[in-house]
Amino acid sequence: MATVTIDKAAPTRKVKYGSMSRDRTWALRWSYFFLVIFAIFSLTPPIYMLITSLKSSAEISAATNPWWVFHPTLENYVGLLTSNQFLRFFWNSAIVSIFVVTITMLISVPAAFALARMRFWGSAVLATGVFLTYLIPETLLFIPLFKMFAVIGDWTGIQLINKWYVLLILYPTLTVPFCTWIMIGYFASIPKELDEAAIIDGASWIQTLTRIFIPVAFPGIIAATIFAFTVSWAQFLYPLVFTTSTDQLVMPVGIITTLIKGDVFNWGQIMTGALLGAAPPLIIYAFLMDYYIAGLTAGATKG
Amino acid sequence: MADVTLRKVVKRYDEVEAVRGIDLDIADHEFVVLVGPSGCGKSTTLRMIAGLEDISDGDIMIGGDVVNDVPPKDRDIAMVFQNYALYPHMTVAENMSFGLRLKRYPKAEIKSRIDEAARMLDIVELVDRKPKQLSGGQRQRVAMGRAIVRNPKVFLFDEPLSNLDAKLRVQMRIEIKKVHQKVRTTTVYVTHDQVEAMTLADRVVVMNHGRIEQIGTPNELYHKPATKFVASFIGSPAMNFIPCRLEDIAGKLHVRLTDRLAFPLPLARAVRYQNIPRTEKLLLGLRPEHVTEAKPHPQPGVETFDTVLDVTEPMGMETLIYFTMEGSQVCGRVNPNADAHDGAPLRLAVDLNNMHLLNEVTGVVL
Repeated sequence: MATVTIDKAAPTRKVKYGSMSRDRTWALRWSYFFLVIFAIFSLTPPIYMLITSLKSSAEISAATNPWWVFHPTLENYVGLLTSNQFLRFFWNSAIVSIFVVTITMLISVPAAFALARMRFWGSAVLATGVFLTYLIPETLLFIPLFKMFAVIGDWTGIQLINKWYVLLILYPTLTVPFCTWIMIGYFASIPKELDEAAIIDGASWIQTLTRIFIPVAFPGIIAATIFAFTVSWAQFLYPLVFTTSTDQLVMPVGIITTLIKGDVFNWGQIMTGALLGAAPPLIIYAFLMDYYIAGLTAGATKG
Repeated sequence: MADVTLRKVVKRYDEVEAVRGIDLDIADHEFVVLVGPSGCGKSTTLRMIAGLEDISDGDIMIGGDVVNDVPPKDRDIAMVFQNYALYPHMTVAENMSFGLRLKRYPKAEIKSRIDEAARMLDIVELVDRKPKQLSGGQRQRVAMGRAIVRNPKVFLFDEPLSNLDAKLRVQMRIEIKKVHQKVRTTTVYVTHDQVEAMTLADRVVVMNHGRIEQIGTPNELYHKPATKFVASFIGSPAMNFIPCRLEDIAGKLHVRLTDRLAFPLPLARAVRYQNIPRTEKLLLGLRPEHVTEAKPHPQPGVETFDTVLDVTEPMGMETLIYFTMEGSQVCGRVNPNADAHDGAPLRLAVDLNNMHLLNEVTGVVL
C-alpha cells in the first residue's frame, strides 16, 4: 500500500483519489478499442469470402453492392463438394498433414527431450542449431531441394518429384525444427527434480519421457501439433513446385491451378474452396483448445 | 537395509572442488544428518550417494558394494526432495506406486504397501487426489510415502522441510522421526537447519567448505565442539567468543578477558590448559546458558562480574541479554524474574565449568 503524504509547504497539487479504478476503466476502454479494430481488420476477409461464396458468378461480376447477397445460392458448395477433383485435393491435404504431424511429433518430442535433458557434448549448440534451421526461408531452399530430388531420381531411379509423398519429406524440414524448439522450452520448464525422482524410482530415459514428460508437457505437445498441422495444411510453395499432376495436388495449390483458367478467375468457387479449406484447422483449434490449458504442472513442486 | 560408506570422496566441477575428500561411515539403521551452511557440499554429497552426480574421486559403498558406477535405480535408494518433486499428472497412490509399477510388482503387493505407508503417514483419505489438491505438508508426506513404499536400503532426504512454514516444520520433523523409529531404514538427511540436525540425528556430520568439520552425536557436538565453526554453528543463540589469554595470578591459572577482569579457572580446566603458552591469543567460548544472573550463593567454578546491558529480549521462559565485552557482543540467558532491562546494570555469573578455550588463529578448540 502506498501512502500519500502531502507537503503543506509545496505548491498545492491535486491528488486524485480512487484513480486506480479510473485508470483501469480507461485501460479497458483502450483495449476494447484496439481489439475491435483488430477484429474488424482480421475478420473482414473471411466475411467477404463467405459473402462471395454464396453468390453466383453472374452476381459476382454484376455491379451491385459487393457486401450483400441478393440471390443466395449454394451452387459453389455443391459444385466443389461433388467434384472428384476437389475431394481429391482435400484428401491429399488431409493425408499429407496427418502423416507430417505424426512424423514431426515422433521426431521432435524425443529430440527435444534429448536436447533439454540428456546433457551430452554439443547439446547446447545443437539446440541453437535446430532453431537456426527454422530461420532459413523455404524460398531459399526449394530450388536446391528440387535439384537434389532430381539427382536422387537420376541415380536411384526413385522418382519423388510430382508425387504427393515427396511432401512428407519436405514439410518436416519446416515443422520439425520449430516443434523441437517449442518442446525444448516446455521440457526445460519441468523441474529437474521430477526426472531425478523418476530416475531414482527406477525409470529409464524412455520411461521418463513417456510416463512423466509427455503427460506433464501435454499442453506443449498440443501447441506443437497445432503448429505442425497448420504449417502442413497451409503450405503453398513446396507443393506448387514439387507436384504438378492434378491427382497429386494438395488443396491450396489445387484451388489455384484448377479454378484459375488462364485469366478467368472462378471467384465463387475459389472463395468456397478457401473457406472449406480453412474449416479443418478451425475445428482442430476448437477441439484441442479445451486440452490446451496452462498450469498442468501445478502441484509438482513448491510453486 | 544397509550401511553406507564414503571413502575419500571428491567432487570437482571444472576447477572448483565442491567436496574435498570425505570419509564417512554410516551404520545400518542409523539416522545421519549432514548439516552446514549453503555451498558446503552437503547436498552434493547426498546426490553422489544417490547417484545423481558422478564422483570425481574416491569410493561410495552401499551395503558393502562399491556403487561408484551403479546407476541410481540399481542402488536401491529412495530420495525425498526439497520441492517434493511429485508427478503432477498422477494421483497420490499412483505417485507412490510409480517405482513399484516400473519394477512390475504384483498389484496386491503394491496396494498393501500403499495402504500401509498411507496409514503410517496419515494420508489414507488423500490417495485419490492429485498433488495440486494437497497442501505443502501433505505433499511432503506423499513424497515420504513414495520413498517408504519402495522399502529401500537407504533413505535420502534433501532439505525436505525447507519449504514448509515454521510450525509445520516442527510437526513434520516429529513425523520423520516417528517414521524412522518404525521402519529403521538407514537414513542420510541434509539440512542447513542446525535445530533439525540436532533433533533428528543419531549422529550429525557438520560440513564446511567441502570438508567434514566434525562427526558426533548431537550432544557431543553441542558440548564438545572440535572447532570454532562447529561451536558457532550448533546451538541457538550461538556460542559467545570473547578474546582472552591465560595468566598466572598468585599461583593460580586465570583467564584474562579485560585489563580489569580475570577469572580463576576451576581445577579441572586449569590442569587441562596448563601447558598453553601464556602469550597465545585465545578465545573464551561460552554458551549463552552459561552466562546468567548472579545467584546469592557462590558455586565452585562460577564467577561473577558487573556489566551494563545493551539490549534485552524477553522470550517468556527466559530473557536473552546482550552486552559488550572488549568489543565483542555477548549473549546470556537470565531468569525472566531477574532484574534485566535495556541499558540497566546487572550482576552476571559465568559458569567456567562449561567453558571452551579456542585458538584464535586456527579456530581449534583446545
